[in-house]
Parts: sequence; C-alpha cells; structure tokens
Amino acid sequence: MTTINENEKEIIEDFALFSDWEDKYEYIISLGKELPLISDQYKNEDHLVRGCQSRVWLHAEKKGENIVFTADSDAIITKGLIALLVKVFSDQPAKEVAKTDLAFIDTIGLREHLSPNRSNGLVSMIQKMKNYAVAFSAK
Amino acid sequence: MKNNVTDIRKDFPILSTQVNGKPLIYFDNGASAQKPQAVIDSITKYYSSMHANIHRGVHTLSQQATQAYEDAREAVKKYINAEHSEEIIITRGTTESINLVAHSFVKKGDEVIISGMEHHSNIVPWQLAEVNLKVVKVKDNGELDMEDFKSKLSKNTKLVAITHVSNTLGTINPVAEIIALAHALGVKVLLDGAQAVPHMKVDVQKLDCDFYAFSAHKMYGPTGIGILYGKKDLLNAMPPYQGGGDMIKHVTFEKTTYNDLPHKFEAGTPAISEGIALGAAVEYLNKIDWDWAAKHEEELLAYATEEIKKIEGVKVIGEAKHKAGVLSFVVEGAHHYDIGTLLDQMGIAIRTGHHCTEPLMHRFDISGTARASFAFYNTKEEVKIFIDALKRSLKMLR
Ligand SMILES: Cc1ncc(COP(=O)(O)O)c(C=O)c1O
Repeated sequence: MTTINENEKEIIEDFALFSDWEDKYEYIISLGKELPLISDQYKNEDHLVRGCQSRVWLHAEKKGENIVFTADSDAIITKGLIALLVKVFSDQPAKEVAKTDLAFIDTIGLREHLSPNRSNGLVSMIQKMKNYAVAFSAK
Repeated sequence: MKNNVTDIRKDFPILSTQVNGKPLIYFDNGASAQKPQAVIDSITKYYSSMHANIHRGVHTLSQQATQAYEDAREAVKKYINAEHSEEIIITRGTTESINLVAHSFVKKGDEVIISGMEHHSNIVPWQLAEVNLKVVKVKDNGELDMEDFKSKLSKNTKLVAITHVSNTLGTINPVAEIIALAHALGVKVLLDGAQAVPHMKVDVQKLDCDFYAFSAHKMYGPTGIGILYGKKDLLNAMPPYQGGGDMIKHVTFEKTTYNDLPHKFEAGTPAISEGIALGAAVEYLNKIDWDWAAKHEEELLAYATEEIKKIEGVKVIGEAKHKAGVLSFVVEGAHHYDIGTLLDQMGIAIRTGHHCTEPLMHRFDISGTARASFAFYNTKEEVKIFIDALKRSLKMLR
C-alpha cells in the first residue's frame, strides 16, 4: 500500500518525462479516458460538484479506516485531473486525506486548473473530498 | 482614418505579447476588448499630473480633472450622437446602466418585454424589480422571432429591453423595426448595446431608442465604467438610483433636493481616471474607418465560419443573416472546456461556457459553447492558426 506522499511523488516523476504541453495533455486525456466510471446510480444531483463549465460527480465510500473515491466529469481534461486526485487520495486513511495539502498539482504545472476562474469544479471537488474524509474520520 | 490592420495592431501593445510561449491570438473580444496605447497613456498621465477629486474643488488640479472628465462625457455624447450631454449618465458599465433603469423607470408589476437571447444582466435586474416579464422567442437560426415579439407587444407594455447584438449568437437584432413597432404603441425601448459598440458606430438619435446601455471595456476603453444614454425627459422624470455626494443640491434632515441631470444619477466619487480614459478610447475610435472595420470583421467571420464548418462534428450556434463578430460553436465528442484549455496552450484565447446566457443555452439544449469573438485588430492569419489549432485539439480529444 503506497501513501499519499508516495502517490504524489509517482505522479511528479511521470510528468517530469514530458517535454511539452502536448505530451502532458495527451497523458491527462488518456487518464481521463481510463478513469473507472462512477456507478450510474451516483451520477445524480446529490453527487454533483458544481463548476460553471464542466461538471464533476464524486462518490465516497468507507472501507475500514480508508476512504474510497469514484468520480466522473463531462469534460475529459477535468476527468483526467480527477483521475490524478483519485489516484492520490483513494483508498487512503480518511484522517490522512483530511489533513494532507496536495502539492503535486502545482509541481506538475497544472496550477491554472485550480485558479478560481477555471470554473471546472476541481477546487470544489478537492474541498468535497476533504469534507467526506473529515466526516468519515470523525465517525 | 485608420484602415490598415497591420498599423492598427501596433496601437495595441498586448497584441505583440506571448502567452504560453506562443504569440497571443486574442479571440475573446466579446468578453472584453484590448486597449490601445492612447488609453493606457491617458491613465498614466492622469495619475502623474492631474489627479484630484472632481466637481468639488476650487483648486487648479480639481478644475483640470473635472474638465477632463466632463470632456470625456462630451466626447461620448458626440460619438453616439446624443442630443444633450446631460443624457450621458456615467455608470460602472452595462450592468449598472440596466439596473438603474430597472430601479428608476419601472415599478413592481409593470410589463417588460425582453428576449430569449439576453445576457443575465438584462434579465436579473428585471426580476429584482419584480416586473411582469415577457420573453420573446429565439428562432433556430438565432434570430429573434419577430412574430412572437409583435404578439407580445401591446399598449400595456411599459418597456422593451432587448440586446442590440447577442454576445452568444452574434445576431444583430432588427432594432429599428423593434423601436418603430414599440413607439407606435407609445412603448419605450432600452437597447443593451454592450456587444454593438465594439463593432459599429451607433447613432442614438437615428435609432430613436429611449435608453442605450454599454460598457467602456468592450469598446477598447477601461474597465469599471460605462454609459447609460437616456432621453432627457425620461431621465428627468425618474427618481435617483443611489444616494450620496454629487447627486444632491441641498441636504437637510427634513428634506433633500436632488441635483440636475446627469449628476442626479451619479452618486459618489466616480471612476475619474477611467472616465478620462474612456474619452481617450472614443477619440481613438473616431479615427477608425468604420466602413473598413465592418467589412474587415465581416470577412473574418465569414472565413472562420466557412472553415469551421468543414470540420466534422462542428455545429455553429447562431446563424442569423445579420451577425457581428461572434462565432459560437459546439463539437460532437468534445467538451467546450477541453477545447478552450487546449487552445489556451497554443496561445489562443477564446471563451467557453454559457456566456452569461443560461436561458439561451437551455433554448438550444446545450450546456455551453466555445466562442471566438473578433475585433477589427484581428487578422485572417490568426483565424487560420485558430482553425488549425482547433483541428489539433480535436484530434487529441476525440
Ligand atoms: C450583451 C451583454 N450585455 C451586458 C453585458 C454586461 O456588461 P458588463 O459586465 O460590462 O456590465 C455583457 C457583457 O458580457 C454583454 O455581452
């Protein structure tokens, strides 16, 4: 079982291989295409993280001490970024998820996707992942 | 007269910068236009040598600043051919201009006609005013359904508030006909000119509209300032919008009397440097050969439309016969957010999303569009690069 930090490191190493934006985005897009879809029953209003342009659906489940996320988006790049977040946070101890600040997005040069103006729901999604984690670790 | 795009581009410093390592191609003019050096310089000059509060000082700086600010009002008056300078109310922008009319011209329960292609800023102020809203339908090609308009218009209508040019579809609405029909029944008309002024010279007397609202930042001027043109007799009869300094004659705790037009509607210290810079923008636009600009933009739009339609799965949203500067489209199998993100990597700025026209998105049953919007400083070469970049993006996405 790898830790959140190890997961982040792995992604940073993967991205270090890309020399231009095109390779980077092609990789993100391919991640988006691979992301295991959220089961249809959760793709509803209750699980919707509202962004003004692309929409994100997020579901969290408890697995022992761990928290498991599944997610989807109608935009493929957003979906690829979600795949990264899921990779880092999913199946990790809820209390770790709750207290970890993600650094990798900045490091791999995707910070613009988290700027308040991106309206892709990612910022709210991270917040929501943490909210779930806080709730789960409190139980 | 300026009628050469290579020379005009030199007036706009930002156009020769790079974004993400590529020469900037700025196709988000509908959201806000770039500024010529003259506008930028006027702001620096104002703060370097003339700043003081206006309309209140006896000292030299205040008088100079007041003069420069009022000169700008005069420049706008001439530019849109208003009859009187007090008909030019300086506001924060189109949004505030419309809110002012919604606050002071109509009252709860009045009947107001808008259209299905309005920007949120020409929808929500009327909802806040609790008027009885009637919405004119939009046809499949993005034109206003004039039969529907005629059926909704009556002597009971207090105001028709319609956009001159649609920010999402590019449709130029038949405003002369709308105004003639409304006036025949004694109904007043407000035009949202936010998307018209960047593309054409507007003559409010020739149009005979009762109110005309627009923003400086979309017509190559500064942000945070705009205009409400209103016919003098209507403005005189309207109560003030906000209270404060500048808008009063005398204040006592028993009774306050209001200032005359235009100051009655201009409470508080205004955006002085922006006002003066708006004057500089108008001065710049006075040098533009508008016949050339209209033809140039029409060519850009026609070329872009023709080329984009050749791409498989692309659908143009808004194909009205008369259009200005806007190309909205959706692509099968590619989300507008993804398209915008990849184009940005290639230095191309477009807008994606619902463009503050959510009801219009519902009308076309889409969640948003990608929108390229042009200005007179854009070129055919830029359109070509944009089309190639779009093809490249779609290859990655689909
Ligand atoms: C048609 C239309 N009306 C109103 C507005 C609002 O303008 P502002 O935000 O400058 O007040 C816009 C700007 O996007 C617009 O396109």
